[in-house]
Amino acid sequence: MIKTVGSAFRATLLAGALLAATSLTAAAEVVYHRGNDGNPETLDQHKTSTVAEGHILRDLYEGLMVYDARAKVVPGVAESVEVSDDGMVYTFKLRDAKWSNGDPVTAGDFVYSLRRIMTPETGAKYANILYPVKNAEKINKGEAKPETLGVVALDDKTLEITLEQATPYFLELLTHQTGLPVHPASVEAHGTDFVKPENIVTNGAYTLAEFTPNDKLVAVKNAHYHGADNVAIDKVIFYPIEDRASCVRRFEAGEIHSCSDLPTDQIAALRTKFGDQVRTPPYLGTYYYSFNMKKPPLDDVRVRRALSLVVDREYIGEDIWGGTMVPAYSLVPPGINNYGEPVEADYKGKAMLDREDEALKLLGEAGFGPDKPLKLEIMYNTSENHKNTAIAIADMWKTIGVETTMVNRDLASHYAHLREKGDYDIARAGWIGDYSDPQNFLFLVESDNDGFNYANYANPEYDALMDKAAAETDLEKRAEILRQAETLFLRDLPFLPILYYSSHSLVSPKLSGWEDNLQNVHPTRLMSIGN
Amino acid sequence: MLGYVLRRLFTAIPTLFFIVTGAFFLIRVAPGGPFNLERPLEAKVMENLNKIYHLDKPLWEQYLYYLGNLMRGDFGPSFVYRDFSVSELFASGLPVSVQIGASALVLALVFGTLLGVAAALRQNQPADYGVVGLATLGITIPTFVIAPLLSLVFGVWLGWLPAGGWGDGAFANKVLPVVTLALPQIAVVTRLTRGAMIEAMRSHHIRTARAYGLKPWTVVVVHALRSAILPVVSYAGPAAAALLTGSVVVETIFGIPGIGRYFVQAALNRDYTLVMGTVIVIAIFIIIFNLVVDLLYALIDPRVRLG
Repeated sequence: MIKTVGSAFRATLLAGALLAATSLTAAAEVVYHRGNDGNPETLDQHKTSTVAEGHILRDLYEGLMVYDARAKVVPGVAESVEVSDDGMVYTFKLRDAKWSNGDPVTAGDFVYSLRRIMTPETGAKYANILYPVKNAEKINKGEAKPETLGVVALDDKTLEITLEQATPYFLELLTHQTGLPVHPASVEAHGTDFVKPENIVTNGAYTLAEFTPNDKLVAVKNAHYHGADNVAIDKVIFYPIEDRASCVRRFEAGEIHSCSDLPTDQIAALRTKFGDQVRTPPYLGTYYYSFNMKKPPLDDVRVRRALSLVVDREYIGEDIWGGTMVPAYSLVPPGINNYGEPVEADYKGKAMLDREDEALKLLGEAGFGPDKPLKLEIMYNTSENHKNTAIAIADMWKTIGVETTMVNRDLASHYAHLREKGDYDIARAGWIGDYSDPQNFLFLVESDNDGFNYANYANPEYDALMDKAAAETDLEKRAEILRQAETLFLRDLPFLPILYYSSHSLVSPKLSGWEDNLQNVHPTRLMSIGN
Repeated sequence: MLGYVLRRLFTAIPTLFFIVTGAFFLIRVAPGGPFNLERPLEAKVMENLNKIYHLDKPLWEQYLYYLGNLMRGDFGPSFVYRDFSVSELFASGLPVSVQIGASALVLALVFGTLLGVAAALRQNQPADYGVVGLATLGITIPTFVIAPLLSLVFGVWLGWLPAGGWGDGAFANKVLPVVTLALPQIAVVTRLTRGAMIEAMRSHHIRTARAYGLKPWTVVVVHALRSAILPVVSYAGPAAAALLTGSVVVETIFGIPGIGRYFVQAALNRDYTLVMGTVIVIAIFIIIFNLVVDLLYALIDPRVRLG
């Protein structure tokens, strides 16, 4: 794909040499006006945590491995990679890449960077994503020295990474923004200010020229980038647009080439107006309700199953979310890597009336009926769509005699309450995967996962399966074990999966090279702008 | 006069101190913290962050630490905009908010007064009803309706002005946000001026001025407007403080990099230092503009003596 774009661009330049008029057009700066979800909280790749930052950082820096336009993992700064037979040692050969100030990118830069993110004083929010690296977790918890990290520069062009245990998705982990290198000399010289436009040195297709919060972030082409000849867009301007409807207006006025999110309540109208410029491909995420399994009667699997049975996911996805969410009958979203045929709840596709009958029977067995109705409270974080979803579900539960009340809090309070194991019956939550592997979803309900296991699910059998999968290096056998784990999950239902996420973008026909993908990554270096 | 101003500024210090103290403890009452995100952090990571931002210390110690920094003019680092200090955020955002707010204020005062006077002089005539009707409409339609509407009409349909964005402060980018901010203010100022003007035109000194045979222009502008403008001045003080410190709605909808958004964003994100900074800036603006109003009163109304 990029090859053809590049040669077309060169052909234009050639024509330009012959015709003065054409050379004017060819010389004109190509600017991509790119709508982004919001402000980056930081441009420090080691403190980063948000999707908005990911879009920017992937343009500014290049990691060992990178995503291509279809979110396939391909070598970046690494030219080639060798994996030892036991899957524990990765040896990367680095290409001749340069930083934006002309310095060579060396294996030592990666050693420095990976040690920096694990050092507790850095305050890295996402350090745990690289915990598969040997000693990483210990270092991050202050139990070992940064020098003991399993990352070694054999020479300037050879990097060896040793893992704690075989991790089949390790190469994809390196594409995450946390795996991007920093320029050690700049960090040493400027401290936390190394991210300022006047100090920053990057190794990606672009480098930072300007950044004003709530206004824009300007990145210009990095002439030292090894693929610079194939980069068609000279300048990319990221606009942090928190009001989704504003982005649509600016897109319609021709001020912006793409929006990274859309107002879901207007999707139907937007589709009519913009046709296939509206892109809503599946996204690597699941929207679910967590049951508080510590609290009767939700400790009873019959109650949880009854509540799950009568949720009409098709209605919620289509009518509440305007068709931008996909009905979910499992925790792991479809299309994920390393999983094969997904496992789904047995009641998928069954008639709603039969599901209601079964639910009523289960509730009866659990001791609930017209004379003793089940009373529950749904807790959600404040948002129009979450509210409408909760109302719809409460209405569905009413058909089996459940009386539902609701309480909402702002996002910070909601998650603080869950994290601190506050009292609740049923809580709304969502999870967007950081890498395309079922482990990244199924680990949510491992009994020792303090942060995410809101349901307080503790099933030794499930934990054992997860441990077994972690030790298995054969991908097919591993997938089979993980599917067994999800089968257990669907039997016990600590969470009630409701919807799979879709990403929502608006993409101008002028912009080519934007490919829909599950990870919703769209590197600017692979795009071009026509008339 | 100078003594009065200095005295007023001096008494503002304890006021500010109480505001700072109240705000500091109030925001801490809200559940959650700056690092409670949708994605929970590893316990150890959270501990590291709390240590970096001194959140691991007892609250009173944090309070003293904050006060100490404040004395030195340091508002601290932002918890959520981690690459910036609160002072840096204000340095880039405040001039933008002040520009937009001041333009809207001037627009509101000029047009509001003109329309108000015009309506008052034609009391109970069609022109008066027209102005009063428009003004009522202006007060009742909220900015979150006007802003998208203006952006849609002038930005998208007609294509005369940018639909949003700051454009490095280009004139065209400022028009719609300024107009949006000014419209409800024009409406209020119009109604205030009209009411006060009608009253002034019936007062004894105007009747006397007319009896002397002064030109209608002199009667209206020099004599009637001078007393009619007083309620507008008292309204304009707090209004100016509010306008100059930015508007959440206008900034969000038009993508303006002012400080109006920080207050709401910071409160929702529990960005403690940024909340405090915004509270202090708004408090200072209110104190200053209240003082300005009092000085203007003395200037316009000879009966008022500062003391």
